[in-house]
Amino acid sequence: MRLAILTHLLAVLLLAPLTASAAPGDALTIPATVQIQPAELAAMLKAGDTPPILQVGFSLMYQQAHIPNSQYAGPGNKDDGLLNLKSHVDALPRDRLVVIYCGCCPWEKCPNIAAAYKQLTAMGFTKLRVLYLATSFGADWVDKGYPVTRGG
Amino acid sequence: MSRVCVAALALLLALAANAPAKSPVKLRPGDLAPQFSRSDLQGRPFDLRRGKVVLIDFWASWCAPCILAIPHLSQLQEKYRARGFQVVGLSMADSADTTRETMQKIRFNYPVLLGDAKLGNLYGGVLGLPLQILVGADGKILAIRSGEFPPNALDKEIAAALKKAGPG
Repeated sequence: MRLAILTHLLAVLLLAPLTASAAPGDALTIPATVQIQPAELAAMLKAGDTPPILQVGFSLMYQQAHIPNSQYAGPGNKDDGLLNLKSHVDALPRDRLVVIYCGCCPWEKCPNIAAAYKQLTAMGFTKLRVLYLATSFGADWVDKGYPVTRGG
Repeated sequence: MSRVCVAALALLLALAANAPAKSPVKLRPGDLAPQFSRSDLQGRPFDLRRGKVVLIDFWASWCAPCILAIPHLSQLQEKYRARGFQVVGLSMADSADTTRETMQKIRFNYPVLLGDAKLGNLYGGVLGLPLQILVGADGKILAIRSGEFPPNALDKEIAAALKKAGPG
């Protein structure tokens, strides 16, 4: 038990630079008022209300499954990923509702979502919604039975 | 006649191309772990075969909890190696280069393979990390864990699986 705690502490200390560099943004800074819950977005989709939805995480996840009609616009943790995001939204009116999501990791550990949120906020989007996926896209969207498109 | 056959074949191919992607089967404890074989990042062949207790760790360099788990997994590999326990890391990073960079910074004492969407789908879809799957010596899935890493619980599960498997 003591050895396990010691190993964990050592791992946190030694690997901190590595994990910090992989976490450019902090999802905990995203205001709750901007977040949208999976059930709410699923209800919007069911009602036929489909805003632009962008997956700002990793392509390997998107290739396996994604929200129907969502587009890949990531990864948010890389400069070229943020450029990819910008190119997807550049032509949209800034008062248009736009939804972004990731779900690669637990919400507070996600390296993409906060960076993507900051980018779109800086671009002037006023009706931005960020899909809150507490654990992952798999656990909080797919496993709940919400609609999914398989394959890239 | 041959024109009819060609037309029918073309129609079948067109239908197959437009068919919706088959949904991967969601795996649960008790299911047989899908078998696979591929080379690790050092070029050594790896086969997931029955007869060993195996922990499959889906991870990626961008996944902070996955990175923090690696020293624990190396420790478990060391602790139970003599009893036939095997950890295998499946990197779900977007490239081999990214994975190799991480492997230069952290010590792995178990094989690391490059995963892809095909392998992810084989395991029911790897749609969030960390994801760990413990497979018994009989090839059946004993536990599926997603989210944060619980080292002590995992240690107990591995010990129980090895005990069930008998002397290795």
